[in-house]
This record gives sequence, structure tokens and C-alpha cells, in this order.
Amino acid sequence: MSMLKYLADSLVYTLMGIQPGTMLGEALDFFFYDAMKVFLLLVVIIFGVAVIRSFFPPEKSRKLLGNRREYAGNFLAACLGIVTPFCSCSAVPMFIGFVEAGLPLGVTFSFLISSPTVNEVALVMLWGLFGWKIAFIYTATGVTLAFFGGIIIGKLKLEHLVEDYVYQIKMGESETVVPAWRERLGYAWDYTKDILGRVWLFVLIGIGLGAWIHGYVPMEFVLKYAGPGNPFAVIVAVLIGIPLYSNAAGTIPIVQALVEKGLPMGTALAFMMSIVAISTPEMIILRKVIKLKLIAIFTGIVAVAIIIIGYLFNVIL
Amino acid sequence: MKIEVLGIGCSNCNKLYQHALEAVKLSGKEVEVIKVEDIQKIMGYGVMSTPALVIDGVVKAAGKVPKVEQIKEWIK
Repeated sequence: MSMLKYLADSLVYTLMGIQPGTMLGEALDFFFYDAMKVFLLLVVIIFGVAVIRSFFPPEKSRKLLGNRREYAGNFLAACLGIVTPFCSCSAVPMFIGFVEAGLPLGVTFSFLISSPTVNEVALVMLWGLFGWKIAFIYTATGVTLAFFGGIIIGKLKLEHLVEDYVYQIKMGESETVVPAWRERLGYAWDYTKDILGRVWLFVLIGIGLGAWIHGYVPMEFVLKYAGPGNPFAVIVAVLIGIPLYSNAAGTIPIVQALVEKGLPMGTALAFMMSIVAISTPEMIILRKVIKLKLIAIFTGIVAVAIIIIGYLFNVIL
Repeated sequence: MKIEVLGIGCSNCNKLYQHALEAVKLSGKEVEVIKVEDIQKIMGYGVMSTPALVIDGVVKAAGKVPKVEQIKEWIK
């Protein structure tokens, strides 16, 4: 990483001839350094994650989870949620496949919470901008959230809020073709390009705004509105985060700059988690298999849990 | 020969459908390409991730969009 720092320094201070120590110089240096670091990590980690994921298709997760009950099942589902590829267009067949395999509803929800929450783009952004410790805390918290969220939904006995036709569907058996290494690497590379193509602009805008905050926004401003003195900051942060889905790439750099200016870490984590954990497009798609009331309960439980996590980390971090 | 593209109408499903049509055109063979959007039928193939590609009843790919050349290989 020090080589990237050197590159950014020479680019801004030598090549562009901007004085070190000026606000403009600081902001530009911050921008180029973060942008290079994040793109490097995005390529390496997304490719790596995509290769690992090629070994865990959802059909395999279904088999692994098939004979588990509560607790152990919730934990395994939360962990599998990390490595199973998730796309909102697969949410319906995945949900039906799990229910059809006889999985308790709570275990299915542990998977549905963990899968989008612990996602590779958020992980890269956290690792690159906050360091591996925060990225690890985020992952562990995401798994914990999925575990307890699923258990609570299981205890509420909400099976009647699943659309009736779901219980009638019978799943067939198929011989899934095991891909060769060449294919795995090929798909992983395509996936990396696809994700980069979708997020690069948000990453640049986010880092740009972050750099601007870094150079120009005074610390007192952040402390006044979102600092430890404001008891409602976590709740407001989560409520703002819920509709921001799919922009984890763009929001995390801004959050990082705000943390530098005094935003408490718990508030920041709660905000980032609410962006990915509860996504409007996913909820709209899930409406095909579960009733609106269950979507509301699910969203409510996750939102409240994230708010608790936020306050908890504000106290201990 | 028959190619089925399984998916409930997401953008990747359409992309895969286009790839399949393209591959058939390039191969010059008589192959029927159809979209399967009925969830019961999709699940009937044992598939949990869409889009999926089924050739003559065999699931060739699930949860990804194979390239045109790859599909061409499969229908050769």
C-alpha cells in the first residue's frame, strides 16, 4: 500500500505541481490514493470470491441445510449466505427450493439476511478504507444478525404468511454439471468485469465526495449533527440507509471520511449495514412468495437489530 | 433439439435468451429456443438459481450467463 501512497503523492505534488499541505492537494492526494487502492482490491477480491463461490451453488447449500433444524441450521445458513452467490433475480427460486427441502422458515431467513448483508463489494470497500479489523467485525456482525434474525422469525411461527402455492411446488432432481477450472476462472473473470462495470462510477463519485469532506468539511460540523452527543443519530442513519440499496460502493467512502471527522463507528456500521441488508428490489421480488405482512415483520426485525448493533458498537468501539 | 432458458424475467435472463438465439443462428442448426418463466416448471428442473440453460432436458448452466461460443459448443 505504501507504493500506492508514493504513486498518489508523486501524481499530485510532482506531476500536477500542487503544494503539499494545501486543502486542494490533500483532497486530490486522498482521492487518487483511495481510488487506486479500492480498484486494486475490487479486482483481486471479487475475482477470489467468485472462484470460491463457484464451489457453492445454492443447490448445494440446499442439500447441506436439508436435514438441519433450528440453531445449528440458522448458524450454517448464515455462513452459507456469505459464500453462496446471491442475485435478487434468484431470490424466488432459492426461497422455494429451501422451503421445499423442508427447511424451517427461520433458517431460510437466516440465509436471506446474511446473503446480501455480507457482500463482497461492501467487504472490499470496508477492508480498503477502514482496514481488515472493521471488515472482520462487519462480517461477524452480519452473521450474528442473520443468526438471531432467523431465530426470531422462526419463533414467531409465520409459516401461514408464505404464499400457499409455494408449498405445492415439487422440485425436480437434476444432474448439475461440475464446471472445469477453466470455466470457473472464466466465469469469475466475467463476474468481476460485470461488477466493476456496475460500481466503478459510484466508487469514483463516493471517493470524490469523501475526498472533498476530508479536505473541506470541518470536524465540528459532523460532531454537531451525528456525533456521540446526538442520541438519535443511529436511528436516523438506519432510516436513511434502508432506501440506499446497491450503492454500498458509493456510500462507504463518504462514511469513511465522516468517521475521520468524528462520526462514531457504531453509527457508521449501522448505516452501512442498513444499506445492504434491507433492499427494496429484493423485498418487491420476495413479495411473490411471502405476504406483505411477513415482509414488514422481516424488515422491522432487521432494522431494529441493526439499530441495536449501532448503539452497542458506539459503546464498545 | 430444444433449448430452454429458465428465469422469471430478470435482465440476465433476457441476456441469456439473446445469447442462445445468437448461438443457434451461428451454428446454422434447427434448434428451438424457448423461454420458461413458470416457477413450477423452473423448479421442476431442480434449479435454484436463475437464469439457467437447459438443452434437451439437461441443465447445462444455472445462475450464470454462458457466452455465445460456449452455447455453440453445447449444441454442436
